[in-house]
Amino acid sequence: MKPFLEVKDLSVAFTTEDGKVQATDSVTFSLNLGETLAIVGESGSGKSVSSMAIMGLHNRHRTDISGEIYLNLDSGAVEINSAEEEVIRKLRGNQMAMIFQDPMSSLHPYYTINNQISEAWLLHNKGDKKAARARTLEMLDLVGIPDPHKRIDEYPHQFSGGMRQRVMIAMALVNNPKLLIADEPTTALDVTVQAEILSLIKDMQKEFNTAVLLITHDMGVVAAVADRINVMYAGRLVEQGPIDDVFYHPAHPYTVGLLGSIPRVDEFHGGRLKAIQGQPPSLINLPTGCAFRERCEFASHVPGNLCATTRPESTEKGANRQSRCHLSIADIERISAERSAK
Amino acid sequence: MSDPILQVKGLKKHFGGTSGLMGRNKFTIKAVDGIDFEVGRGETVGLVGESGCGKTTAGRTIMRLYDPTAGEIIYDGVDIAKASPAALKGLRSQMQMIFQDPYASLNPKHTVGKIVAAPFEIHNIEPEGGVKRAVQDLLDRVGLNPEHINRFPHEFSGGQRQRIGIARALALRPKLIIADEPVSALDVSIQAQVVNLLDDLQEEFGLSYVFVAHDLSVVQHISDRVVVMYLGKVMEIAPTEPLFKTPHHPYTKALLSAVPVPDPEIERKRERIQMTGELPSPANPPQGCVFNTRCWKAQDICRSTAPALVQIGASQVACHFPD
Repeated sequence: MKPFLEVKDLSVAFTTEDGKVQATDSVTFSLNLGETLAIVGESGSGKSVSSMAIMGLHNRHRTDISGEIYLNLDSGAVEINSAEEEVIRKLRGNQMAMIFQDPMSSLHPYYTINNQISEAWLLHNKGDKKAARARTLEMLDLVGIPDPHKRIDEYPHQFSGGMRQRVMIAMALVNNPKLLIADEPTTALDVTVQAEILSLIKDMQKEFNTAVLLITHDMGVVAAVADRINVMYAGRLVEQGPIDDVFYHPAHPYTVGLLGSIPRVDEFHGGRLKAIQGQPPSLINLPTGCAFRERCEFASHVPGNLCATTRPESTEKGANRQSRCHLSIADIERISAERSAK
Repeated sequence: MSDPILQVKGLKKHFGGTSGLMGRNKFTIKAVDGIDFEVGRGETVGLVGESGCGKTTAGRTIMRLYDPTAGEIIYDGVDIAKASPAALKGLRSQMQMIFQDPYASLNPKHTVGKIVAAPFEIHNIEPEGGVKRAVQDLLDRVGLNPEHINRFPHEFSGGQRQRIGIARALALRPKLIIADEPVSALDVSIQAQVVNLLDDLQEEFGLSYVFVAHDLSVVQHISDRVVVMYLGKVMEIAPTEPLFKTPHHPYTKALLSAVPVPDPEIERKRERIQMTGELPSPANPPQGCVFNTRCWKAQDICRSTAPALVQIGASQVACHFPD
């Protein structure tokens, strides 16, 4: 069976006063129904830009988009980048939906929860306000809002941060979309609430067999909920694979650095954190070669001057795994082992 | 603890307000409601808890950015809870603060040189070798290029801006630094750089830190001891390792169980403690133990009597039924 979402060579660029910003470059991946794919990376790495492109939210007049984004619906495939706005509007909220980091600014402060969720349902369904209200109630109950009969007529400010995110999830799922994009859905929440929201997303996924695209910077969140992971750096996918492979045998030095730099609650070493030196490059006029090379601890092990001259292409590094690095996984593991032996 | 740099005793900070028609209803937010802890010389004490638990208010009240409602703040043997503004000015050269948002805490119209030199100006201090030299030394020390002294904040990234804030805090060679979420606005790879910098500076200058943060992984890494707060009260205080390995308070346990670990195998095996209900409003905290409405061990005594902090091993715990 074809994956529900297929992204092929997606590149998005913005023209600014300072020059052309290549926000994403040749991003290729796919996502199946019932599966959770995490996209991780630093701010500016292109995570959100990619997901906005999938939702068809970029302004086509001001954005330079190339590549293809296929949604393989029961009724046939739709390619988002070339589809009419009218077609995308029918898919948005219906086949694909998005939840954002900040539930306060994504809900309208002047309308009740019933107004807002009903509106989303009425856009894509035939029915009256009464039916919409019934559906809203059902959703609020499903996402675990206590006392939904009372809370349905309340306003967003009367809800706590966690409850607001539940409302957002209810709204996103009211039309049973096949794809849910969650852009940093728990970053603004306390850890205790984060755990609840993550398990709610998991439960909803089981219930509706949704494909979930989870955008996050938190590797702990990835380990808790994702099946596969895409690591982005400077607009490109530098590594892709199932989470266990990527966590235990990373195939890109940036992933190695990322995993090494995070402190863990279950480890006590008290020493220094292994920080990645330097900063991400500007996306205007990226240097030739590998964008990560100036921060890379492995670049000196690559023969010739390959990292500076040749941009690594995405290559197979085992079953279902790709990375953009001139080194193999075996090389990376050997060099890491040598280094820790010192 | 012998000769701590900071002792906080029964510290309270209540904010008053009104609501309703013509402000008829008066209410009090008990943001910090009687907390006690100490910070040793050269020690890092982490202050953790969920949003609204009072950790930021506690940090700001210790700095005397807020006037405490009650209690003592004993800095280097002297109670500064009621110190006059003039006396505070002298003290502020020894106590400095690092803020969360490196965008909002630097004046966008001032050059880096002016920002980092401000403490010298305010305190009328002429450092050895001149202000410019001192500023450049500070920039160099925090890992910034000393030649960038004439640049403006917008020319720096988030991590670099946080370094500017740290340089400014270090200018007067303080003994105590209160860091309020100093790395939470930064990307993971940059976070580690700043945490390492704070570690190095502590060793070099013998600094003591009060590290206010919600990210328990970072707190675990940087702190010697940790204070867990909930609704303005202290739930548990313990050295870092026992706190994370053998938490005694149910709230500490619930909080720790919620932190995801970047390790898929461990995550699949982990069991999370689900707390019931939502965080109550600090305007109307529960009677007795403030945690009783969400605690799975709560009994009648928890709903009537607030537990005092008692010593269990290396930890101090405020619970009637500690583990």
